[in-house]
Amino acid sequence: MESPVEIVQHTAGGVIGVSWLMIALPLLGAAILLILGRVTNRWGHLLGVAMSLASFVVAVLAFFELIGLPEAQRRQAVHLWEFIPGMVDMGLLIDPLSISFALLITGVGSLIHIYSIGYMAHDSDRRRFFAYLNLFVAAMLLLVLADNYVGLFIGWEGVGLASYLLIGFWQFKPSAAVAAKKAFVVNRVGDFGLLVGMFIIWTSFGTFAFADLGAQVGTASQGTVTAIGLLLLLGACGKSAQLPLQSWLLDAMEGPTPVSALIHAATMVTAGVYLVVRSGAFFFEPGSPQALAVAIVGAATLLAGAIIGCAKDDIKKGLAGSTMSQIGYMMLGAGLGPAGYAFAIGHLITHGFFKADMFLGAGSVMHGMNDEVDMRKYGGLRKYMPLTFATFMVGYLAIIGFPLLSGYFTKDGIIETAVHEQPVLGWLAVLGAGITGFYMSRMVFMTFFGEKRWAEDAHPHESPKVMTIPLIVLSIGSVFLGGYLILSNRLMVFLGPATGRPSDANLPEFHFASTPGLTTLALVAVGAGFAWMRYGKATVPVVAPRGSFLTTFARRDLYGDALNESLFMRPGQWLTRIAVFFDNRGIDGVVNGLAAGIGGTSGRLRRIQTGFARTYALSILIGAALLTGALLLVGNI
Amino acid sequence: MNGVIEAPTIEYGALAPLLLVFGAAVLGVLVEAFAPRYLRRAIHMPLTLLSLLGAFALVIVTVVKGDLAETAAAMGAVAIDGPALFIWGVVLILSAVCVLMINDEGHFVASAAAVPGSSEEEEAEAAGSEHTEIYPLVLFAVGGMMLFPASNDLLTMFVALEVMSLPLYLLCGLARRRRLLSQEASMKYFLLGAFSSAFFLYGAAMIYGFAGTVSLTGISKALGTSGLLDPLLMIGLALLGVGLLFKIGAAPFQAWKPDVYQGAPTPITALMASGTLVAAVGAVLRVFWVGLGNLDWNWRPVMWAVAALTMIIGSVLAITQTDIKRMLAYSSIAHAGFLLIGVMATYDKAGQNSGSLSAILFYLLVYSLTTVGAFAVVTLVRDPGGEAWHLSRWAGLGKRSPVLAGVFAFFLLAFAGIPLTSGFFGKYAVFTAALGSGMESGDSLGGWMTGLVVLGVVASAVAAFFYVRVIVLMFFSEPAADGPTIAVPSMGTVAVITVALLVTVGVGLFPQPVLDLANQAASGLFIR
Repeated sequence: MESPVEIVQHTAGGVIGVSWLMIALPLLGAAILLILGRVTNRWGHLLGVAMSLASFVVAVLAFFELIGLPEAQRRQAVHLWEFIPGMVDMGLLIDPLSISFALLITGVGSLIHIYSIGYMAHDSDRRRFFAYLNLFVAAMLLLVLADNYVGLFIGWEGVGLASYLLIGFWQFKPSAAVAAKKAFVVNRVGDFGLLVGMFIIWTSFGTFAFADLGAQVGTASQGTVTAIGLLLLLGACGKSAQLPLQSWLLDAMEGPTPVSALIHAATMVTAGVYLVVRSGAFFFEPGSPQALAVAIVGAATLLAGAIIGCAKDDIKKGLAGSTMSQIGYMMLGAGLGPAGYAFAIGHLITHGFFKADMFLGAGSVMHGMNDEVDMRKYGGLRKYMPLTFATFMVGYLAIIGFPLLSGYFTKDGIIETAVHEQPVLGWLAVLGAGITGFYMSRMVFMTFFGEKRWAEDAHPHESPKVMTIPLIVLSIGSVFLGGYLILSNRLMVFLGPATGRPSDANLPEFHFASTPGLTTLALVAVGAGFAWMRYGKATVPVVAPRGSFLTTFARRDLYGDALNESLFMRPGQWLTRIAVFFDNRGIDGVVNGLAAGIGGTSGRLRRIQTGFARTYALSILIGAALLTGALLLVGNI
Repeated sequence: MNGVIEAPTIEYGALAPLLLVFGAAVLGVLVEAFAPRYLRRAIHMPLTLLSLLGAFALVIVTVVKGDLAETAAAMGAVAIDGPALFIWGVVLILSAVCVLMINDEGHFVASAAAVPGSSEEEEAEAAGSEHTEIYPLVLFAVGGMMLFPASNDLLTMFVALEVMSLPLYLLCGLARRRRLLSQEASMKYFLLGAFSSAFFLYGAAMIYGFAGTVSLTGISKALGTSGLLDPLLMIGLALLGVGLLFKIGAAPFQAWKPDVYQGAPTPITALMASGTLVAAVGAVLRVFWVGLGNLDWNWRPVMWAVAALTMIIGSVLAITQTDIKRMLAYSSIAHAGFLLIGVMATYDKAGQNSGSLSAILFYLLVYSLTTVGAFAVVTLVRDPGGEAWHLSRWAGLGKRSPVLAGVFAFFLLAFAGIPLTSGFFGKYAVFTAALGSGMESGDSLGGWMTGLVVLGVVASAVAAFFYVRVIVLMFFSEPAADGPTIAVPSMGTVAVITVALLVTVGVGLFPQPVLDLANQAASGLFIR
């Protein structure tokens, strides 16, 4: 196993030297759109797209400059300015890991910007929407490009803010406002973990910089490192909607669909995976308890998400369950150490494509169906929306791991590595893949096949080109990207300088016919077949049947909300009431008393200010006498 | 000696900024005497502004050339060292900015000699006459502000003090509106200023009696040689202190500040609250660190009490103020207290005080610019009878004029020392320097300094209350039905507010360049 290479301080010019433009451009876009306000209504969306595309161009150029460098120099730190003197130097770290994320964020982000032009065309607040999208892209880029935890945290919070603003974009809907608040509050729990983790990092190592931590991490005790790892994992769980902080993601579908695609499928929710992989070299040594915890969380979430996905009739919520599940796969991969990083990141990238593809496809369906989201009121749409159908099918085949499509390679890589490293978790992941086959097929059959179950006023039609072209681009990525990245270990070798990798002789080989791989395929086929029987061949009732206990369990998000309510919300409310009581009687009493005391003193002291020059002169005289007396006294001691 | 008086050597090059300002002031008087009335303003404004900017350029040139003399210029009377040049730069920027505000019409009385409310006043106003003497007066005051902290002997310092103060006494009485209040302020300032000057002069005489010299270097040497503590010296020290502390408005010599700040025309208040404070703190530093530095064990307990009292009086009394200018005056008193904490921090790693010196210089720069900005905003909020000072008139300003209220809120946050404003770093630097100085000394001083810093933080918290209260008033109260109008600001006022805002924001985000500049100025230390 070869460890990551040293981070070198970037000296030469070139695009890497100005890589801060990647963050600055969309940030500028957001600032212009928000500050100038209505003036920009007419061209605001175009500016938003342009800024995102410009950022993408910078990322591509930086990428090519980076791969032009010898492998040992592929971690370039770009110093920007001294942020907190003696504590934090703000800088960017351009390495294979961060540039991969940057390409995904700006690339998929730009496609979604373009798609939104069409999707939000009739929204009177489209300009504000693009401002938030740009803000999100800037924050997410800061998160992945910062060369220290403080910069990462600022981006992390910025992402949380943008997510809040976008989920609640249609704030006139109470459900959207509540969902935004929920996402924010649940994320705070995770953020708190990250923050405390950072506190411990600072007190233990005296630095936040990734460049310095590598050398320092050996100086701390195992217990400290485990504590940091678990706290960072808590942060990752919040942002990536992993158990036990998963509950916000399903509600987050209240936002406009491009938001669900951009933030809650392709980019923001991957921040947790990024955090774990980036911290991998310091805090998640393979085989350590905290790394095992990451893998367990991943495995548990991938099953939970899949089960939830089985019971949802809302197409976006079904996709959200699937997102949870797929990120569970990535976390599982990230918990396996450098052997799993490449597959985790690979799956993250391909997932970014096929999930964005399907989300935007779902948006396209909704666009044609008067914003109907209930799949029980779809059916037989493939003839009416051929392009949407075709691209959705590609995404579908990719996610269930149809051989030779993107998802096949990356997911199979995670499963194979997991079966090798942690057999129990690995076979759970195989089971999860089977469930994926079922619920994704269910979604496709309910939407595009079977007879029409539309509402009476529905007139499904294909969406405009500005929406379908991004779909086509995304589906091309969904077909070929996985194979390109995984076969002959291109991604693993590329990421090597950042995450470490097996030596050339020990690089894994991709087996097309391994036991776990074949089992997975068989289970997927069974799941898809079962779905065909239930939802393809049989008639789908327009009103959801009551279903078994298990169905209810899944429909209620595995009782996640109920659990949160009884475990945290109710006791929390009681705690608040008690605290308010004490605050009113005890603390406020003291504070208000103090304030009243100072105010009263002020009122009395004011009377000294009589306005007469003679009084003032007297006070000067007395002061002079006091000063003289005091100095003579001190001098004589 | 032998009865032969040698011609003094004057380093004209080093003194050029000072001479330029005084020269321009004299020229201004000649303009008053010879130029026709309708031309005067047109001549004064460029003359004043150019001389101030020219002097600033000369300061920059001196700094860039970097060959500072080891000894004081003009036969040891004027010390031109790093801190003095920094203060000159700050004073010149401040005064240039204030001149832009002073140039606005409507601040100054048409005919000062006319009895308020009389028919002469009405006639003068109708005739559109104006007192163009304000320009040379301001220049003389600025010259005094430059000389005051650079004086290297007590007599020069006294002369500087008077040159600075006398024009200000006059300027205070020239407000166009609320003239009785303005004249009262002028009279009070003059009486009390003269009173305190007498203390200063008497103290200087006492110290001369002890040391046989008025030169600060000489006094410092005399202290080194004498073993016992002469009562003459102690009394001199106390009286000198009274004169200086009066100028920075430290308690119990602060009483003039609210009355004078309120009555004076607002641009002049801005000049006093910024320029005079900067100059006076510079002079305090020079006297107490250079002249009386070896006595710090004796004056520090007294200074401790003065600093504590000043912070308490300033922040507590500000709470019950209902007048925006008086509130800002008390705020200025509280800030003088914070600065005195820095003055006490004479111990330093290198035993050279450069850390605390640079902290004070930094604080002076950022605080004074924010102050000018705040007063500039005050000039814009107007009632039919003049500026709207009463806080109740400011209610709901955020709804009427969100930009102006937002800017003012930002200045208030800077006064309160909220992070991301320049005020935060100012307080942070001074408090850190004081704590560090206490720790360095390694004895009971550490505890005392820590106590004072804690008191400073508490006073800041109390002060934050009345700053934030104004923000709440502006943004969360319903606007009064017949609320004040917001005057359309002139180019000059816009420039003033912009500069102040840029510095407050810029230094709040990127303090390092300014801190470096202050460090560089402080590393030269005072000429001893």
